[in-house]
Amino acid sequence: MAYFDHAATSPMPAAVIDAWTSAVHLRGNASAIHRDGQKSRLLWEEGRDQLSAAIGANPFDVTLTGSGTEAINLAIKGLFWGRNGTPAEREPGAALPRPRVLTTEAEHHAALDTVHWLAQAEGAIVEFVRVDETGTVDLADLAAKLGDDVALVTTLWTNNEVGTIQPVAEIVALASAAGVPVHLDAVATLGYTAIDFANSGLAALSVSAHKVGGPVGVGALAVSRDWSIIPLIHGGSQQRLRSGSLDAAGVFAAGLAAQIATSAIDTKAARLSALRDRLATGILAAVPGATLRGHATNRSPGNVHVTIPGLNSASALFLLDEAGHSVSAGSACTAGVHAPSHVLRAMDVADDEGALRFTLGLENSESDIDALLRILPSIVARTTT
Amino acid sequence: MKVLAAMSGGVDSAVAAARAVEAGHDVTGVHLALSRMPGLFRSGSRGCCTVEDSLDARKAAGLLGIPFYVWDFSAQFTEAVVDDFVSEYAAGRTPNPCMRCNERIKFAALLDRALELGFDAVVTGHYANVVDGPDGTPELHRASAWAKDQSYVLGVLTTEQLRHALFPLGDTPSKDLVRAEAERRGLGVANKPDSHDICFIPEGDTRDWLADRIPMTEGDIVDTDGAVIGHHDGAQAFTVGQRKGLNLGVPSADGRPRFVLQVKPATNEVVVGPKEDLDIAEIGGARFSWAGNDPVTSGFAAATDDGFDEFDCEVQIRAHADPEPAVAFQRDGEIIVRPNEPLNGVATGQTAVLYVGTRVIGQFTIDRTISATANVH
Repeated sequence: MAYFDHAATSPMPAAVIDAWTSAVHLRGNASAIHRDGQKSRLLWEEGRDQLSAAIGANPFDVTLTGSGTEAINLAIKGLFWGRNGTPAEREPGAALPRPRVLTTEAEHHAALDTVHWLAQAEGAIVEFVRVDETGTVDLADLAAKLGDDVALVTTLWTNNEVGTIQPVAEIVALASAAGVPVHLDAVATLGYTAIDFANSGLAALSVSAHKVGGPVGVGALAVSRDWSIIPLIHGGSQQRLRSGSLDAAGVFAAGLAAQIATSAIDTKAARLSALRDRLATGILAAVPGATLRGHATNRSPGNVHVTIPGLNSASALFLLDEAGHSVSAGSACTAGVHAPSHVLRAMDVADDEGALRFTLGLENSESDIDALLRILPSIVARTTT
Repeated sequence: MKVLAAMSGGVDSAVAAARAVEAGHDVTGVHLALSRMPGLFRSGSRGCCTVEDSLDARKAAGLLGIPFYVWDFSAQFTEAVVDDFVSEYAAGRTPNPCMRCNERIKFAALLDRALELGFDAVVTGHYANVVDGPDGTPELHRASAWAKDQSYVLGVLTTEQLRHALFPLGDTPSKDLVRAEAERRGLGVANKPDSHDICFIPEGDTRDWLADRIPMTEGDIVDTDGAVIGHHDGAQAFTVGQRKGLNLGVPSADGRPRFVLQVKPATNEVVVGPKEDLDIAEIGGARFSWAGNDPVTSGFAAATDDGFDEFDCEVQIRAHADPEPAVAFQRDGEIIVRPNEPLNGVATGQTAVLYVGTRVIGQFTIDRTISATANVH
């Protein structure tokens, strides 16, 4: 009985639950003048400090949002408007100075749907930089597509499905040379790979608290002061880039969760990598036809993603669930149905390959992995045609 | 038993699942995704197949405390039901997609998957009863509530399928009681409207929907003597028995309404005539199945070299038609039924279900009809 879906959401540590539930008892609005408000404000600030420290950012440069998705929307739309002016600022019918947005076809829908919205609503020109069969950005293609008329580059740091880690330094170096800001979706990176935003050369970076044991409903966007971002949500100006009452308890808990997730990150990553390799090796040895997707070495310490020709993922996931193992097919779903993964398609994987994604956390043990490996081959055999 | 409850999001399947739980079964809920691009909102009289319905099913399962999954059968449904529906109309026949869905999806693709995954049976919210016959072979019977009886659309089920089917609503006297039970159980779907349209035709306009899928060309509307009395935009959009939408400018000689008697895709003709020419004296079809024991094993008919001899039964040719007394027999590989009184408005492609009393004996797809008036050929 084990949980192998940490990339969907990760269990909240007891200390975070305590921090969150105790903070909820405060009654003051964190923007209020009185001492009740000041107490709430202090918790919010402490939470933001810890979260900022976890990603190497100056706290004042970090905007707290209602989700990772909101942070990604703010980064992409905000940077696009910062580079092109808002519709209100532009002459009607005037050409956009920097209409092109560079991304890949292997992004999370939070980014893909946002750039598609920009194309439809704002006339952005979305161009997809090639990814190879491991899901890694083709740097030569990126270099060829960069130019003065590019508003921004946005990509995943760590692919949420297949776990591939992008060559971030090289991407930033190429974009910076062309004077183009880069946003990275680091939702699947936080807690697995060290993040040092202030020294990264990035324009913006988004994370989400619940992926590392914080509460759902807290995301964050770090923004470099070198770039202008236009806010999406207007109102009481509680934050420079986002209005809305400050979630003192949620951010306080999120900060603690991020601090826990990133402390001794190298040790944690090494332990997860060992579990990951044990699982991946075990699957490849015991399941005929299984292919490990994503990059062999540049991959998240917590991600094992395999595809098997003819596997019915839904049936396999049911049998795994019945046996007490929470696993995912990795791809986004519509009304609970898994569409063929756009990420796998971008990597030229055939649609008849059924996918299984196992994402690991520190509470997983070697015996969890071995128990999974004992039943997986027969489950795959029963659900493969 | 370990059972899989097919949950559409409607009230019947939710209460059926609840009763299966209460009966002590180990129940898992499953919603069948039948479209890759489901509509977002429930609309009109459709009771399933939208995102909203799927979420209703998920919530009902959650309230029942049973695990719930959405399984994708959209490819199988498209091929076995939607494409079949289109090709049947294109051939001038009138199919019943709900029967095809029961035959090929719910009690085939879904049941097969359920059995593979270790389930003993599939539970649905159909109003019908399965009971063990004298020799232990299952029998399919009409529901206690005649008005809600759905045994007709289950007439395609075979012995093996019936062995693995559970219909917990079969002995419920009325739908109102099912709604009240849903309310009492707090399932949140008590007041959803009944569905009675074809689930994959969201706008409810079958003719428009078909026109987008079948190449139609203008043709003639003719009377039984072959005289051209009007024109149509495509013969395949018409159904035998249809009266509306003929747009015949000229009234009939005797001023009586005219009905579609025959659809002829080969010549792109629609034959119309008076109501009595819809009367059918004999129907036959070679594609048949028995719901449990066949008529001979059941002791209804004597065996012959061709299969079985004439026996008294009732025949029903639509989900909501009355059963008509008839005799049925088998000859040259075909089931032949002669009703005591002529049947009215029979289209090829429809399914004839044979009953003895409340028991469903079997069914066949109507391949051919013989007119009672001999005016239609």
